[in-house]
Amino acid sequence: MSALPEDRAAPVLTAHRAGLIGCSSCGRVWPVTESHCHRCGAQLVPPDRRGLQAVWAWLIAGMIAYIPANLFPMMRTQTFAGLAGNSEATIVGGIIELMHYGSYDIAIIVFVASLVVPIGKFIAIAWLAIVAGRPATVEQAHTRLKVYEVVEFIGRWSMIDVFVVAILSALVQLGFVASIHPGPAAVCFALSVAFTMLSAQSFDARLIWRGLPLRSRST
Amino acid sequence: MRRGVYLQMMEHPPRYDLATGRGLVACPRCDALHLEEDLSPGETARCIRCGNVLAKPRAGAFAQLIALSFTSMVLLIGAIFFPFLEVSTFGFGNASSLFDVALAFSSGVLLPLVLAVLAMIIGLPILRSFLLLYTLVPLAQERPPYRYAATAFRWAEMLRPWSMAEIFVIGTAVALVKVAGLASVHLGPAFWAFCALIFVNLASRAFMCQTSIWDAIEDAGLATDDRAPTGPPAEAIPAPAPGPRS
Repeated sequence: MSALPEDRAAPVLTAHRAGLIGCSSCGRVWPVTESHCHRCGAQLVPPDRRGLQAVWAWLIAGMIAYIPANLFPMMRTQTFAGLAGNSEATIVGGIIELMHYGSYDIAIIVFVASLVVPIGKFIAIAWLAIVAGRPATVEQAHTRLKVYEVVEFIGRWSMIDVFVVAILSALVQLGFVASIHPGPAAVCFALSVAFTMLSAQSFDARLIWRGLPLRSRST
Repeated sequence: MRRGVYLQMMEHPPRYDLATGRGLVACPRCDALHLEEDLSPGETARCIRCGNVLAKPRAGAFAQLIALSFTSMVLLIGAIFFPFLEVSTFGFGNASSLFDVALAFSSGVLLPLVLAVLAMIIGLPILRSFLLLYTLVPLAQERPPYRYAATAFRWAEMLRPWSMAEIFVIGTAVALVKVAGLASVHLGPAFWAFCALIFVNLASRAFMCQTSIWDAIEDAGLATDDRAPTGPPAEAIPAPAPGPRS
């Protein structure tokens, strides 16, 4: 597959500029009047800043869910039926506890997966949504696409903490000796990760590539 | 290679049509238009602007993908019923398969969380394998695809980020360290099934070329394209001016 021959020297001809619409699922190109791709059945969405509303909505939902995820305990540990004490650990508390045990490597994994990555993701998606469609040089566009690809790739890995809680609470049901129960923060954290993933998925990478004004047809 | 294509374009009437989009491919990442052409196995087509891989056909990829999907299904079904981890301390033991876990939580308030976790680590991977098999088995046998094959494949691709078996394995490793001070833990067969699954998924991802599968679905006769692919070239329709080139 190669560039359109008459357009090799000029800036890249996009489907949008040619008055067409490209399917973001399978790549087929259709006239703008079509609403669904006839090959894969996906909805055809023009690369338009209006699509960013969904990005912002999911992102804000993810940020809201992230607050209780840090305030409430991730899990409750009960040892000797509560005689040796119950302990509740939040995300930060769990990391400090791991460092206290000396397992710094695991503490770093949890720290990165449940603090650095989610917060970095919020900032990165918000930045992308702000600059998307604004005029950019080719280098800037490449940087933005790289950031987007990193966010898209790394988003799922925040689920590690949820899985840890799920495994621990399933595994450590030793009756009298010890038991672990998931706390409300586990649900909030899972929701926050899911919302941020949806936010990243609703971001249209094609917006990065053009300083697309709101009324693009007027150009 | 691009020059060869260009010359070919000169010899034959254009096979693309800027009015209907026939014979064109738009990069899903950056919308750059490309001419559609068949690649031979082993070649890779990248977007000229953003470098996104547009097509990467491989010889025998369908058969490999079918084998890998089937493997992953077997591993996942095994992973449900075999014990995952075994923990014991002070004579209290607890061997749990994922099926036991689901049962243990079937009445709790956290049932939605457990169902979501099980869906992400077991349900969606099995569903994806099934959808891939549904799409690919007829194509590999060169028969017409089943009904809704396009929808099935589109869903399989959409669900890809939500199937998290490999993340679950890392989560297990973290959980093992946390529980190591409290009790002794033995890894069960289901854990190793999940580890194997990571490699199966990596291989499946390497062999997967969405474009080839879409083309195969199309060529195998699913009524997806009402523009006849072998019809007369649309040279009668004048191509519109491609807009400002600022």
